[in-house]
Amino acid sequence: MKKLLNDQADLVAESLRGLDRAHPQLRVDHEQRIIYRADAPVPGKVGLLSGGGSGHEPAHGGFIGPGMLDAVCAGEVFTSPVPDQMAEATKNIDGGAGVLHLVWNYTGDVLNFDMAAELAAAETDTQVEAVVINDDVAVEDSLFTAGRRGTGAAIPVEKIVGAAAEQGRSLSDLADLARRVNGATRSMGMALTSCTVPAKGSPTFDLPDDEIEIGIGIHGEPGRRRVPITSAHEIARMLVEPVLNDLDFTGAEGVLVFVNGLGATPLLELHLMYGEIADLLDQAGVVPVRTLVGPYVTSLDMAGCSVTVTRLDEEMVGLWDAPVATLGLRWGM
Amino acid sequence: MAGVDVEALQRWLRGFAASVAEQKDALTALDAAVGDADHGANMHRGMTAVLDSLGTPAADPAALLKQTGMVLIRSVGGASGPLYGTLFLRMAGATGGEGALEPETFAKALRAGVEGVVARGKAELGDKTMIDALAPALDALDASLGAGEPLPAALRAASTAADAGRDATTPMTARKGRASYLGERSAGHQDPGATSAALLVAAAATALGDQGTG
Repeated sequence: MKKLLNDQADLVAESLRGLDRAHPQLRVDHEQRIIYRADAPVPGKVGLLSGGGSGHEPAHGGFIGPGMLDAVCAGEVFTSPVPDQMAEATKNIDGGAGVLHLVWNYTGDVLNFDMAAELAAAETDTQVEAVVINDDVAVEDSLFTAGRRGTGAAIPVEKIVGAAAEQGRSLSDLADLARRVNGATRSMGMALTSCTVPAKGSPTFDLPDDEIEIGIGIHGEPGRRRVPITSAHEIARMLVEPVLNDLDFTGAEGVLVFVNGLGATPLLELHLMYGEIADLLDQAGVVPVRTLVGPYVTSLDMAGCSVTVTRLDEEMVGLWDAPVATLGLRWGM
Repeated sequence: MAGVDVEALQRWLRGFAASVAEQKDALTALDAAVGDADHGANMHRGMTAVLDSLGTPAADPAALLKQTGMVLIRSVGGASGPLYGTLFLRMAGATGGEGALEPETFAKALRAGVEGVVARGKAELGDKTMIDALAPALDALDASLGAGEPLPAALRAASTAADAGRDATTPMTARKGRASYLGERSAGHQDPGATSAALLVAAAATALGDQGTG
């Protein structure tokens, strides 16, 4: 393992230290490992809280700011944060209109956010709602699994709901909107290489030079199947087909297409992939009207990509275009 | 000693912490095969925090169990934090303010703890989780105590059953937790949660059993 580290046990703490010093628009509670937008709580606005394990940067802290999240709780690498963090953050971003928890669907995150909501209800009068994000079509049969993983859908959900929150909409409105965007979104990912979790020091799984993993998650967990490496053209098909087979994306308002890099794949390759994916969507009669290409939800140093498609309506397009000022997404302001 | 008192429970927790420290890399390696390679590190962080908390005096078994549950929930994260934390919290809730737990009370508390884990994690026997080690251990414990065995022998039987349950997870297809994403590819790997749970029961057999309790 070759990484920029002092002691791997201090990785998250020291990264937060640097994040805090680099970005005055964020405020970091180093004790609790909570990142806030500097002006939280915003009076009258519903507070949006997310979080999860570290190792997905710029998710989750890179999406804090006007037009998106109010705070995130940072866990250890690939490990959900704990209920105390979430309860503390919930209290501190309540501007009087309640707090919406946007929870990525992983057993640990769901259990800890559940407990945090129980704590918040017992200790404060803050109204809390939670919406679980679960868009990964690689998890086929949710009756016999922990359910679909939350992956790329977090970006459209957090962006669109964040913009709506800035308009002063109510907690229940925002929860409905979050469910609607999540329900209109599907994702599928693949890995060219494993990632290396610093605490382990070696790749999580062995992937020979001539094989790839299809249906990968974002924590280095192996995918659904392993196949021989093939062209980007073929790989695009393996990602797009299961997404399109899962939901009808044809329609007047078109779709948001998000091609995400998993950490070690350059933009040069991601744009090549976008071209392949756009061809396939054309053939299927699906019309991309908004696009996002880049490493936004990463898996440490994994090479590979994921594709996320959101069926948009007019309201969602407007909210996607609304101003946002975060480290990860920034436009209109 | 008439029953399981604070000192005996502390021995149990110290023993579990020592096993986790020793098996940390092995637990992480098991997790790397089917999950995200952090179970050993997370349990070690949690049990180190529990060891630190043992310096705070506990009035009775209930207080110690509750404190342990809260420390695990605060320090572990992931799924293991809420699940192991709930186990100890529910154990605390199933005991009164007694200074030492009778063997039957200890067994009942452990059952309440495991029922709490089932309620929170919604896993059933055969889902390839910690329940596959804990449920057979409870049954063996109850059966042995019911047959008039003393607690040490009953806990040894429980530990044997937990180890067998852990081993039985290897061919299973995971239906809960992160390993479930692998579908059939999870078969052929021993479950990391069942492995740490078997260590917990083994630590009880050593700490509470061999001291002549019961």
